[in-house]
Amino acid sequence: MTCLPPAPPARRWRGEGPRALLWLSPWIAGVSIFFVYPLLSTVYFSFHHYDMYTLEFAGLDNYRYLLRDPRVGVSARNTLWLVAIMVPATVLFALALAQLVVRLKAGAGLLRTVFYLPSLVPMTAGTITFVFLLNPGTGPVDHLLSLAGVRGPDWFGDPDWSKPSLTLLSLWGCGQLMVIFMAALLDVPRHLYEAAAIDGAGPWRQFRSVTLPVIAPVLMFALVTNVIYALQYFSQAMVASRVASGTTDSPGSSFTPGYPDESLLTLPQWLFQAGFRDYSMGYACVLALLLFAVSMVFTLILLRQFRRAGAEEGS
Amino acid sequence: MSVTREVTALAARPAAPGDARRREGARARRRRVLLWIATHALAVTLALMFLAPVAFMALTALMTDEQALTSELWPRSWNWGNLTEVFDRSLLLRWAGNTLLYAALGTLFTVVSSVPVAYALARFRFRGRRMAFLVVITTMMLPPQVVAVPLYLVWARLGLTDSLWPLILPMVFGDAFSIFLLRQFLVTIPREYTDAAKVDGCSDFRTLTRVVLPMARPAVAAVALFQFFYCWNDYYGPLLYAGVQQDHLTLSLGLATFKAFHSVQWNLTMAATLLVTAPVIIVFFLAQRVFIEGVTLTGVKG
Repeated sequence: MTCLPPAPPARRWRGEGPRALLWLSPWIAGVSIFFVYPLLSTVYFSFHHYDMYTLEFAGLDNYRYLLRDPRVGVSARNTLWLVAIMVPATVLFALALAQLVVRLKAGAGLLRTVFYLPSLVPMTAGTITFVFLLNPGTGPVDHLLSLAGVRGPDWFGDPDWSKPSLTLLSLWGCGQLMVIFMAALLDVPRHLYEAAAIDGAGPWRQFRSVTLPVIAPVLMFALVTNVIYALQYFSQAMVASRVASGTTDSPGSSFTPGYPDESLLTLPQWLFQAGFRDYSMGYACVLALLLFAVSMVFTLILLRQFRRAGAEEGS
Repeated sequence: MSVTREVTALAARPAAPGDARRREGARARRRRVLLWIATHALAVTLALMFLAPVAFMALTALMTDEQALTSELWPRSWNWGNLTEVFDRSLLLRWAGNTLLYAALGTLFTVVSSVPVAYALARFRFRGRRMAFLVVITTMMLPPQVVAVPLYLVWARLGLTDSLWPLILPMVFGDAFSIFLLRQFLVTIPREYTDAAKVDGCSDFRTLTRVVLPMARPAVAAVALFQFFYCWNDYYGPLLYAGVQQDHLTLSLGLATFKAFHSVQWNLTMAATLLVTAPVIIVFFLAQRVFIEGVTLTGVKG
């Protein structure tokens, strides 16, 4: 019996560099074309006036305008509202829902499906449905509220209620998060709860001392990714304003984004409007860099988490 | 800790001496039963609230024009013709065709291009592997609006704006989210399998197709489904590149303009919404397990 000596691992790994490069090359090309190049190009255009026909050096004009533009303040405030209120509300609601479903003894599978399903409804369809549900004249929600003797608000027609209305839509679509949290909750070792119960810990205490520490990484991951998604929040707000105001958005039409009263104007929407409807592409690039800077802050938090998780795994 | 099991365990326990002890046991049992009822009642109430939007959508879709303008909840007559009228009044079939093209090609390109990248990131050892993975996460998290202006100009120069190609073609180079998800799954496959294949003289490519892919089928299925749904539901991308001519729209875009052209006809708008939503729900029921497993995969921490 001949036994080959095991190859020293270091030598085997060194040989994998060129192969890895070969396998990764299409992706590396993609990242260069669709990420690195446009990012550098955005920086270049941000110092120019550009309307797709004439390119003119503008120095810091676009950056100066950023400080004077009232819509930047409005849209930044709206986006901040989504990050500070809609995201935590959705994450907490999804966690509560997951807690509820894992506790169920009968019909857990069916109810999980029911809670998950709305997250698959196409975003446009879901948004239009909510505008209809909350429509003051014909909508079922205000009708049901009036049966209970409550006069419902104007929802998507009222600047104070439009963002809470979108939050309801976001709670309705929290199914993906719920499934993620359910998996995390089922991973909590059972005997920890039993030990806590013997020590006389009530439900709240058990959640704080047993559940929370175990699911903390998953919770943190969900929170950060959802903050980043909230920074990109565009489609639901756009469709809601469009449908509630009854206008179309096509180039050249007189659609004012953010109806009612710019209360749904988010930063990405203002960027889209400036760049692709008003054709101030240089200025849109400044807005893009602002958005990039803010989302990079949160992406770095996320990367740090990954590094920590990787270190624990020892990979 | 199952409540029913505990309840039976309590019942089976030999009667404790003394009335007080017995009463206490009964009280605890009653409290558990009440808790059981409260939990389930809450869950069922919430479930009904989650179903209500879809139910109202369907009910309104079948009302007459006049009734849809009232706040009545139940249709007085069932107008199934609304569903066919939507096809006459809009280019719904055309939009569905465009959407299908985008979703099918997008999914195919994404899966074919992302699997090798994910495999290389999960299995090969090379300098910069961590860095490459961090770049995947960064591009995954990048708001699409950040790089929109220069990319739009490139596609305009190539004469491809006003079509869906600017959305489909980049998927030939791999999609960050799909790479991330596949990589998360592939690192869990024990190294022994691929090492054994190598000892048997398999090339990297054969190892991937013959050993790794059969084991990674659930992850590949999840990625394909997610990508298909992403394309099917995408609004921002088509709005940017194909939002001008009516016959170039996708379902999401077309649906959003539908209300503006049929402003007082909520019934037709809801009928169109129902028609766009139905295929998604059907696909979900056909592939429920793939979805749930896939979503669970996205939540893993590292």
